[in-house]
Amino acid sequence: MSKTIQIECLRYHPETDAEPRYQTYEVPFTDDLSVLQGLQYIKDQLDGSLTFRWSCRMAICGSCGQMVNGVPVLGCETFLRDYYPEKVRVEPLNHFPIVRDLAIDQSDFLKKLESVKPYVISKNVPERATFRQTPRQMEDYYQYSKCINCLLCYAACPQYGLNSSFTGPGALALLHRYNADSRDEGKNERMKVVNAEDGVWGCTLVGYCSEVCPKGVDPARAVNQNKIESTKDYFFRFWLK
Amino acid sequence: MAALKRSNKPVFWSLFGAGGMLSALIGPMLILITGIAMPLGMVNSGYERAAAFAQNGFGKLAILLVISLFLFHGVHRMYHCVHDFGIHVGPGLKAAFHGFAALGTLAAGWLLLSIGV
Amino acid sequence: MRTYTRPMAGWWRRNPFYLWYMLREASCVFITAYALILLWGLARLSQGKPQFEAWLASLASPVSIAFHAIALLLVLYHAWTWFKVMPRTMPFVRIGGWRVPDGFIVAFAFAGSIVLSGALLIAVWRL
Repeated sequence: MSKTIQIECLRYHPETDAEPRYQTYEVPFTDDLSVLQGLQYIKDQLDGSLTFRWSCRMAICGSCGQMVNGVPVLGCETFLRDYYPEKVRVEPLNHFPIVRDLAIDQSDFLKKLESVKPYVISKNVPERATFRQTPRQMEDYYQYSKCINCLLCYAACPQYGLNSSFTGPGALALLHRYNADSRDEGKNERMKVVNAEDGVWGCTLVGYCSEVCPKGVDPARAVNQNKIESTKDYFFRFWLK
Repeated sequence: MAALKRSNKPVFWSLFGAGGMLSALIGPMLILITGIAMPLGMVNSGYERAAAFAQNGFGKLAILLVISLFLFHGVHRMYHCVHDFGIHVGPGLKAAFHGFAALGTLAAGWLLLSIGV
Repeated sequence: MRTYTRPMAGWWRRNPFYLWYMLREASCVFITAYALILLWGLARLSQGKPQFEAWLASLASPVSIAFHAIALLLVLYHAWTWFKVMPRTMPFVRIGGWRVPDGFIVAFAFAGSIVLSGALLIAVWRL
């Protein structure tokens, strides 16, 4: 008698559904299966209409973010054995509009990402067109550069859920990644985003974003360090500039 | 994106931070002393001693800082709590909360001045 | 594209992490109330000895003791969460080229709190 596990998925097809509903599937269980593999089994063998995003299967592309039993995780690195024999509930990432089944609308994040100018801004490109950077200089921004834009932090952040104008943990962490990079000279250009009510000041340090980040980016740190930067900018703006 | 207006949060956040640090460092001990030990007679809490402390310059500063910063810390968080419960918060509520803390500060200052030296 | 937006009502009840966050935030009510009790005491102090002693007597009531006991617990929790989060509110601290680990900063802050609280206790009790 082979083992099975129940996976309950949120379903939403806008052409037929006024609101989401849940559908439970019985999936054969072996203890090496990830949640993503469970969803793939459902789509391949049980219900081809189930819609979800995935790509690399190894926690680097950032596509397969889901809510599993109410916690934002990457489906490819979350294992069914940690829930078996209980039922596993899979829902789309919180705080984003649902497009279809487990797929969310990320366009708001993409706007936020663009607004923080996530690229090295430099007028002083060196002669040989390569920069030099010490290990210590790299340490200043390295962890923030590991972001894979998976949006788990946005699903974790209640302030983003309550107010989607908030720039949010991921975009602000990337903003800090560039401000902290010794090659970058664009800090002043990014301060407008930092200083706004929906910039760093939308954060109340719940800290759940850093808890769920699969890459150890620690967006809570990036945002809250910039509260000090923003405060310095506020009080010393006429003095220092 | 809409024009990004500079927020005035740094002012209130600085007060919140100072109050938070002070209350984290000595808040529990203060509550233990004034709220439990003193009323139950475990430490000398005579009027003469309290008055002497309030008349002393350092004492005045300490009392003012504790009352004022604790108030500013508390109201700032309360304001955010209201928002966290999904209730819309506007500039009116913000002014009410922080104004309350400012009033408390003024009251403490005035009382300390009236106690004299 | 017709999308569906889920409601936020009751969000903080859906995850233990959020419940702890709300508890931390709730400490602010007690900190404010405590500051007001001190302010009230200050007012009584300025009025004279019998009024100050009446204030102290009301603090000995069961309601007041219970309030202060709860306030003590919540403010302790506030202090705990405040110090644990402190490293995240500062840039990396370096001594020479060595980056001070977060744990050191937290331990340093707790030590500072214990030292200051101890000094306060001694000042009130012995001096």
